[in-house]
Amino acid sequence: MGMTMTQKILAAHAGLDSVKPGQLIMAKLDLVLGNDITTPVAIREFNKIGAAQVFDKEKIAIVPDHFTPNKDIKSAEQCKCCREFANDMEIKNYFEVGQMGIEHALIPEKGLAVAGDVIIGADSHTCTYGALGAFSTGVGSTDMGAGMARGEAWFKVPEAIKFEITGKMGPWVSGKDVILHIIGMIGVDGALYKSMEFSGEGLKNLTMDDRFTIANMAIEAGAKNGIFAVDEKTVEYIKEHSDREYKIYEADEDAEYGEVIKIDLSKIRPTVSFPHIPDNTRTIDEVGDVRIDQVVIGSCTNGRISDLRAAARVLNGKKVNKNVRAIIFPATQKIYLEAIREGLIEIFIEAGAVVSTPTCGPCLGGHMGVLAAGERAVATTNRNFVGRMGHPESEVYLASPAVAAASAITGRISSPEEVA
Amino acid sequence: MIDGKAIKYGDNVDTDVIIPARHLSTIDPAELASHCMEDLDADFNDKLSWGSIIAAGKNFGCGSSREHAPIAIKASGIKCVIAESFARIFFRNAINIGLPIIECPEAARDIEEGDEISIDVKTGTIVNKTKNKTYTAPAFPEFMEKIMEADGLIKYIKQSI
Repeated sequence: MGMTMTQKILAAHAGLDSVKPGQLIMAKLDLVLGNDITTPVAIREFNKIGAAQVFDKEKIAIVPDHFTPNKDIKSAEQCKCCREFANDMEIKNYFEVGQMGIEHALIPEKGLAVAGDVIIGADSHTCTYGALGAFSTGVGSTDMGAGMARGEAWFKVPEAIKFEITGKMGPWVSGKDVILHIIGMIGVDGALYKSMEFSGEGLKNLTMDDRFTIANMAIEAGAKNGIFAVDEKTVEYIKEHSDREYKIYEADEDAEYGEVIKIDLSKIRPTVSFPHIPDNTRTIDEVGDVRIDQVVIGSCTNGRISDLRAAARVLNGKKVNKNVRAIIFPATQKIYLEAIREGLIEIFIEAGAVVSTPTCGPCLGGHMGVLAAGERAVATTNRNFVGRMGHPESEVYLASPAVAAASAITGRISSPEEVA
Repeated sequence: MIDGKAIKYGDNVDTDVIIPARHLSTIDPAELASHCMEDLDADFNDKLSWGSIIAAGKNFGCGSSREHAPIAIKASGIKCVIAESFARIFFRNAINIGLPIIECPEAARDIEEGDEISIDVKTGTIVNKTKNKTYTAPAFPEFMEKIMEADGLIKYIKQSI
């Protein structure tokens, strides 16, 4: 029986000729990742193993991005713990504030993830690097601790759902709308324990940033990983960002899929996910009159340069509604600098938005934009669970950067078509 | 064998309500436990005076990879979580930290709050004493069972070094 992309990558990293769904394997790891929330627990577990050093100083990345710049004394202590561990273990890829960015934008940008890799990260959105044709999945801190010591992790080989992409997106439609549409269709457990494999002739119409956004939210459909077939765009991105060797795995012609779902990009409308679960989606034409208090544009899902460009295109020459706080946070220092050079930051500030240093802060209700009871936000982030961005009685609506920017202008959830 | 009364929840209990991010600036299990479930069920701590098993619907533990979620549940004194299905990162985290979990849709659906439950994790047998019904969940693969027997991945690794 043929294998899917994910199965082939896992087999190669387990030293096996082939694997099948359900099989338990031990796989070698190309990268082990953690942040300031998950790494302190991983360090505690690592120390329990009693390993004198990490398995490979170059294959671990620690990115203090969640409660940074340190939001309070306890967060400062957690970051200090990460920093000291990175120093003691001589971990090469520790990114201090100043070099730091939101991990899932930063890791590809730094060339630390390439096609064919097996990557675990103690952060659920580690599935982002599937955009590069890698097997990449979120795990917990114990897995990270064990991974840092041993350089391997256990996996149950997943079956896959194949998404056959055709067509081209209309104006104001982006990767975010594609993934929200898919989650709305299959549900938050629609891909539970499975791979979401994206291929088809429509792939050429998705930019790398679109693909990162789509792979990023595979976890919101319950998936183990999201993975894209590698094409010229992927190779171009990898060559531009990394000098590491990459390996292209293609699904076998006779690979077996639990399900094949066709996605015609031209049929997708700007899509909004209503509280309190990501599969509660509506198209922009069905949203009705939803007044908002805050807009957040950024995060590991939508803080990349093309996201900021989309927001700037909408906000250019316009003003943020007086009832709305608009908070924009570029995902990495490099993206921030690019946005300054392109004049995007000027557009944001003149419109009345604030622009923040890279941080995960507001996405998970940490800092830099926490909501009060009864407040509503349109956010380009990835989760709208109860209390996700603050008070349990606040509400989060997930949308694309263009929809979020349009909503900032009107003060209610709006289509960019309305304000452009 | 695990015996206790069940505290019941619905579908898609996410890790943000199990332990909200505002409490993630600590790794102390007791402190995490003191905030466990607070955004979903303000009475959770009171229920622990009589309940020690969580029964829930589909996709329990969805969302963030925070291991603080199963740590908070375990430290609050919960002995086992039975659900119709688990989100995969929560599933592996629970096994890795030695929190017994069982996926059994029929049992999870039938259990009502306060039901007296008896569980044999090794055989996958669940007895609902209140309803006088017995269920069998698929047994764990040997490898996962060994991790759970060792009380988690770290102890398992130490044993195997």
